[in-house]
Amino acid sequence: MELLLIFLSAAIVNNFVLSYFLGICPFIGVSNKLTSAFSMGVATTFVLVLTAVVTWMINNLILLPAGLDYLQYVSFILVIASLVQFVEMFIKKTSQPLYRALGIYLPLITTNCAILGLALFMALRDYSMMESIFFGLGAGTGFTLALVIMAGIREELELADIPKPFRGVPITLITAGLLAMAFMGFSGLI
Amino acid sequence: MSKSNSPLNDFMNGIWKQNPIFKQVLGTCPTLAVTVSIVNGVAMGLATTFVLLFSSLIISMIKKLIPNQVRIAAYIVVIATFVTIVDIVMKAQFPDLSMALGPFIPLIVVNCIILGRAEAFASKNTVVRSGFDALGMGAGFTLALIVIGSIREILGSNKLFGFVVLPDTVEPMLIFILPAGAFLTLGILFGIANNYEQKKKDKEIQKAITAERSTKLVTAPASVQTETEEA
Repeated sequence: MELLLIFLSAAIVNNFVLSYFLGICPFIGVSNKLTSAFSMGVATTFVLVLTAVVTWMINNLILLPAGLDYLQYVSFILVIASLVQFVEMFIKKTSQPLYRALGIYLPLITTNCAILGLALFMALRDYSMMESIFFGLGAGTGFTLALVIMAGIREELELADIPKPFRGVPITLITAGLLAMAFMGFSGLI
Repeated sequence: MSKSNSPLNDFMNGIWKQNPIFKQVLGTCPTLAVTVSIVNGVAMGLATTFVLLFSSLIISMIKKLIPNQVRIAAYIVVIATFVTIVDIVMKAQFPDLSMALGPFIPLIVVNCIILGRAEAFASKNTVVRSGFDALGMGAGFTLALIVIGSIREILGSNKLFGFVVLPDTVEPMLIFILPAGAFLTLGILFGIANNYEQKKKDKEIQKAITAERSTKLVTAPASVQTETEEA
């Protein structure tokens, strides 16, 4: 039950994109098309769950017992960067179709604040291993959900008559604002 | 050419012409997250400027020592080190601000502005120019945060710098402090900035057209004259 709550909280109520503002860059950059938005969401979810496991181990088995918690940021970001690189190589070797679908999005994920944000929130809230995995899964689901909804809206927006200065980024931000307002409706859920 | 290379120009570039938020769309995550009030905005802007300045200086100093293949990783380590310093200092000196900004101080590590400037400017230019470029970018970022922060604070809580500025009869619009208001404010400001640029461009085109016309008008009678003389 506890785990389900963490999952739902990260995915819907405290959606990473719409209420913590994590991962806005890919949210604006890759949300033009439904298919690429979904691929990006899946790739990010995968990396989020892996990061949750690995950074939990590093934080709780190495850094905290040795009293090195001031090295958290440096080690987290290095682990994430190398993890993304490793995942990219692994997918390239094992599954060509998957690599072709996700390949270009993987390097972008390193600088996605959602990943480092997840690691920091986990450390801050003292989650256990299992809780961290569900937190990562929820964050990824929430990210994918926001990205896919946004891409769907933007595909329709292509046909709309938007005032010239508002085309592109501004209208995307305003749409995101309305979306965030809609997600506020979930706030009493948990 | 010499004008575009001067340190002052590098500095001014970041403030408007290449403003990190309105022109390059970098660093939107902290922009949206911390601008609940103007104080938070200023603190975030200064922290980012500090990290940007010192990492740019260090990176432009050691740019020849870093092998090309691992440069991104090396940049990130430099940036993360300075972020750790900022975080520790903030926790000790300004515990309230550190609490309010929460995980967004460590998240400066993945702020695209810093890595972007390291890759696009500091790795190619001298130490002095990189320093001025970093200061300009930092100032542009801070200014944008101040503008967004003050709009949201005034509309959302009737206050500025924590002092009440609007009378009680004006109902504070809570939505501007909530995440949705952040998106709306930035979206509308972005549209206004685009509109301003568009108008400026239109004016320049108009000017070019009228200038061309007037030169034609001046030269036209002259050519007519020469023709008649020849005749």
